[in-house]
Amino acid sequence: MAEKIPKSLNEIQTEVIATDLLIIGGGNAGCFAAYEAKTKNPSLRVTIMEKAHISRSGATAAGMDAINTFIRTDKGETPEKLVKWSRAQVGGGPIREDLALSNAELLNETVELLEEWGLPIVKDEDGHYKLRGRWDISIQGEQLKPIMAEKAMEVGAQVFNRVVATNLLMDGDRCVGAMGFGVRDGKFYVFHSKATIVSTGGACGIYKSPVTDYSGAHHQTWMCPFNVGTGYAIGIRGAAEMTSMEQRWIAIRTKDFCGPVDTISVAFGCMITNAKGERVMEVRYKDVGGDKAARFYRLNAPMTEWLEGRGPTYVDTTILSSEEAKDLREDLLNERPSFVLFLASRGHDITKEPVEIYGSDPYIVGGHTGSGYWVDMKRMTTVPGLFAAGETAGGNPNKFVGGCAVEGRLSARGAVDYIEKTTLPPLDTKQVEKEKERVFAPFIRGPEFDGVNPMEMEERMQRLMDEYAGGIHQFYRMNEERLDHALKNIKMLQDQTKYLYAKDIHSLMSAHEVSDRLDVAEVLVHHLKYRKETRWPGWQTRMDYPEVDPDMDCFVESVRDPKTGEIKIFKRPFKQLIPGDRTKA
Amino acid sequence: MPPKVDREKCDGCKAEKESLCEQICPGDLMTLAEDKKAYCRMPRDCWDCMSCIKACPKGALETRIPYQLGYHVAKLIPMMGTNTITWTCIDINGKVERFQYINRGMLD
Ligand SMILES: Cc1cc2nc3c(=O)[nH]c(=O)nc-3n(C[C@H](O)[C@H](O)[C@H](O)COP(=O)(O)OP(=O)(O)OC[C@H]3O[C@@H](n4cnc5c(N)ncnc54)[C@H](O)[C@@H]3O)c2cc1C
Ligand code: SF4
Ligand code: SF4
Repeated sequence: MAEKIPKSLNEIQTEVIATDLLIIGGGNAGCFAAYEAKTKNPSLRVTIMEKAHISRSGATAAGMDAINTFIRTDKGETPEKLVKWSRAQVGGGPIREDLALSNAELLNETVELLEEWGLPIVKDEDGHYKLRGRWDISIQGEQLKPIMAEKAMEVGAQVFNRVVATNLLMDGDRCVGAMGFGVRDGKFYVFHSKATIVSTGGACGIYKSPVTDYSGAHHQTWMCPFNVGTGYAIGIRGAAEMTSMEQRWIAIRTKDFCGPVDTISVAFGCMITNAKGERVMEVRYKDVGGDKAARFYRLNAPMTEWLEGRGPTYVDTTILSSEEAKDLREDLLNERPSFVLFLASRGHDITKEPVEIYGSDPYIVGGHTGSGYWVDMKRMTTVPGLFAAGETAGGNPNKFVGGCAVEGRLSARGAVDYIEKTTLPPLDTKQVEKEKERVFAPFIRGPEFDGVNPMEMEERMQRLMDEYAGGIHQFYRMNEERLDHALKNIKMLQDQTKYLYAKDIHSLMSAHEVSDRLDVAEVLVHHLKYRKETRWPGWQTRMDYPEVDPDMDCFVESVRDPKTGEIKIFKRPFKQLIPGDRTKA
Repeated sequence: MPPKVDREKCDGCKAEKESLCEQICPGDLMTLAEDKKAYCRMPRDCWDCMSCIKACPKGALETRIPYQLGYHVAKLIPMMGTNTITWTCIDINGKVERFQYINRGMLD
């Protein structure tokens, strides 16, 4: 579709939509937030602003083969035990046990909702949801996203597909909506709302992916490459407090094509092995739990094998029978179907040869680790009127599909209570005009402008982060001097965003994506610099501070001053609610 | 890697206001060329999520693994039923496998 490049801002139409609750990002958490808000109060106007099309957007676009957390109470499991496990998965935390517990308490009923809405969940002989590990249950979730989307629409949420959020709309310190632009109609959108939930998923593409080098397949990433961290960026620019950004999520994935490993190792019992045929976790990491070690060990261990001359590394699928291998691939078709095609393109019979594994690029995803907004129990951020859920909300790792859905609901409950106590202030038209100018600037500059195209800047940033801020090509390692170098160049890139130009609306979106990623990268590097220790090897490896520092057993927090751009960084204490050894599940 | 478009089969979704692959792609990558045939505007940016493949009513789209990563030529074709999905997978040696299962509704 060839769009006309506008010559001036006056040619761009502005749409103002007044609503009660705005949900930015109609993904997993966003759809559940819409459902909960409408169920609690059907007369509320609930509006979803969605960058893509709600039927196939975000992390669950291709489908899912499991819900990673469900509490089998018949087996003696409890919400407390789930939180304990989650804490151990991130090496003892710190995590927000208060948030995690409230999530766990609503988990089962939320997963059951999904089944009611039409999601096929696999059962065992007794009619219980079938476990494939301690907490994860198998689903035939190819339609997971369409099912959630249909529910959000059925309850009456108003959905704006292909509208990209670019900034919050503020009334002093309070959030009263968000602004953005339409990727199809080229309009400027202003959503003026009593409360706002941000649920745009995590940030992918801040670092270079290992596959980019040798294929031009730039988006061979695990996390959804179209979730670029805008949800964090708009909060950072709006002076919201961010937590634990330095707790990056990096996973061990299949090599050359970013496919799942947990499905193969956890669900089908295939162990990690090295070039010598040794069972890596059993042989070298028994003291930290062997094959059940915390997630960062399961990443760092195989990568260390490569470094120390014992690569390649594998998951040993040769233990599988041909029926099991077929079942496994059926699961994969529900989650990462193209990986099955990849195996076919290698003529790879996994019962005869193991599957090679390697580390992914680093992601910032608060549904997996602790990164994201600091929120209270109602999931309100430090910005009044702004709530966060799913990957965007911090402090509460290991949420995945079920936990993100729950948090969508909890944030909606918080927002609905908030709405009852507030009114909508008049619209600040000056702020609106300023944002409109900022948003369309790369477009107005036009394709003939002697500047920088968004892709060049993205690649520059990704290589910078990869080499200097602990990317895959440096085996995730970093030190103070490299981080300083990264920061200095991020600053230069941020300044150069004034040279970005767009040739069409798609590239206008790319221009904002790289700008948002840079704002997240800047805060991330500040957090990485502040944690002068190595708490989660692999996720956060400081070569200059290789040990754990007991003084850093706390949350690292940041707030950006919107006037000066300065980033203030500070600590918050960790509060242990569930007793016991924090590193044990 | 970007879906390969069979230009014979693609009819540009004539009957729709917007072609289905364009509607659905989470990365805003599929669109129509001047001649009303689909193409991927940024091949490097495809996530291989196969959403467009599933949405195409004409079976005109196919995901291909780039040659740097896999060999010529394997195929994976989804067929969407009412409450089922059927995948046909053909590997580079011509081995055909079929996977069929329920994707909506309660399982016993
Ligand atoms: C490949 C893959 C496999 C996984 N496998 C499993 C599994 O088996 N089991 C499990 O439990 N979990 C799994 N997960 C994790 C789980 O899917 C996520 O944790 C969860 O779905 C995230 O939910 P969310 O709502 O936070 O984000 P998403 O569902 O990604 O939603 C974010 C939404 O925001 C939209 N958006 C982004 N930016 C903007 C913007 N600027 N303006 C407007 N909208 C915007 C996106 O388009 C999207 O719709 C997997 C994740 C991936 C990527
Ligand atoms: S959905 Fe299929 S038929 Fe329709 S435009 Fe796309 S490729 Fe062509
Ligand atoms: S496979 Fe997914 S990301 Fe690639 S073009 Fe199709 S819908 Fe878009």
